[in-house]
Amino acid sequence: MLYIKCPHCGMRSQNEFSYGGDATIKRPELGKEISDQDWDNFVYNRKSLRGKHWELWQHISGCRQWIKVERDTATHEIFKTLKANEEISL
Amino acid sequence: MQKYSVFSLIKNALSNHENWDLAWKDPTPKKEYDVVIIGGGGHGLATAYYLAKEHNITNVAIIEKGWIGGGNVGRNTTIIRSNYMHDDNALFSEFGMDLWRRMSQDLNYNVMFSPRGIINLAHSDAQMNTYARRGNSMRLNGIDAVLLNREEVKEIIPMADFSENVRFPIFGGLMQPSAGTARHDAVAWGYARQADDMGVDIIQNCEVTGFDVSAGKINGVRTSRGDIKAKKIGLCVAGSTNILAEKLNMTLPIETHLLQACVSEPVKPVLDKVVTFGAGHFYISQSDKGEMVMGGDLDGYNSYAQRGNLPTLQHVLTEGIAMMPFLSKLKMLRTWGGIMDMSMDGSPIIDKTHIEGLYLNCGWCYGGFKATPASGWTFAHTIAQDRVHELNSGYSLNRFNTGHLLDEKGLGTKTWIS
Repeated sequence: MLYIKCPHCGMRSQNEFSYGGDATIKRPELGKEISDQDWDNFVYNRKSLRGKHWELWQHISGCRQWIKVERDTATHEIFKTLKANEEISL
Repeated sequence: MQKYSVFSLIKNALSNHENWDLAWKDPTPKKEYDVVIIGGGGHGLATAYYLAKEHNITNVAIIEKGWIGGGNVGRNTTIIRSNYMHDDNALFSEFGMDLWRRMSQDLNYNVMFSPRGIINLAHSDAQMNTYARRGNSMRLNGIDAVLLNREEVKEIIPMADFSENVRFPIFGGLMQPSAGTARHDAVAWGYARQADDMGVDIIQNCEVTGFDVSAGKINGVRTSRGDIKAKKIGLCVAGSTNILAEKLNMTLPIETHLLQACVSEPVKPVLDKVVTFGAGHFYISQSDKGEMVMGGDLDGYNSYAQRGNLPTLQHVLTEGIAMMPFLSKLKMLRTWGGIMDMSMDGSPIIDKTHIEGLYLNCGWCYGGFKATPASGWTFAHTIAQDRVHELNSGYSLNRFNTGHLLDEKGLGTKTWIS
């Protein structure tokens, strides 16, 4: 069982959350020339790192807010959580 | 090589089974090979076997970080089927079914292929319609499919819950009678033994640490047991694909996720089909030892840990008990996890890459076991001929870029949902 510290609600079990994938993926900026490769990278290509991984979770059975979680994909250890609008410092 | 037969069994019984040949050798890596396959799982071993058998390329090494057959080929739920709707998937898998039917004879190794049939249960009229459509597509591609109504399903699996007052009543199901199961370890071992006999070096405990790429060409691979040169290298490493891709500066449409499976204590024969629950994600069959073999959803987040968490297992087994209430009486014997290379459209990739001489075989999601022979056969062809075969032409790497997705389930890019 994972325990995730929601920045809004505090420590809760993983049953209250749903997963949202890699949090470092940025949508190509609107109003600029966007190549097929940019779209490809945004929509499909993922680093899927082994080790520390910033990812989105939604506290779906709690405050329903999206949050960012830094978790180790090899050990499942969770290091840090942020609100969705807080920037990740890599 | 010693042929396995009833006579060799009797002969060796007389000498207390002390004189059997080793099934495969433990060679020291040579400096150079024609082809190096990275990954000694089912697909890697099958690829080496078909390189030798179909293309006469025997100067081949399989490099495996751990021991052969220790990854997903040793962790799956052994289901073999070709009940796909899309042509690319259907024709590829049905080609594989032919190889499965001959496998024990071809490999002189009993893989215990058991074409017992698979039933996908339907729980609504709409689902019956989609199954009818899928069944028709399968039959157009020469695959056997039978649409069963509620009574016909009840006849075959009376232990399922057919009471009126259930959340997901069984309306019927789609059966592929020729689908089934096989002994997963025997598949790996059978391919390994034959490949070894034809001259392939199976090198275990050998981790890939880097690649030698220059001017867009692959020249070799760096390993924990020294550098190995090769003009052609095939990547066949399932859940570890992204780790090796990073060493090649490639980012792939793949995420690595965790899938769990479990078996109950052994019980007397009760279920002679593979059955899947249609209102969620749960599948079950009974092994020859009597254990109920079960699996279902991914754990739902990126993971390289080959072990899972209990919430998913509880969720999956809740579905199982909804489908077959008797399961609640059984004790759990074992649970385990493996890491899946989940592709962004749910279909695999068998293709060349932008690096000359580097070939990619990945994205099997959780359907890799049944694809073992067809994957090995087509990957061997792709490597040997330096071009994809018709059968794996749909499994291209650039389909994500060009929009020719092969989205069998229509789930999109949220791989953890599938």
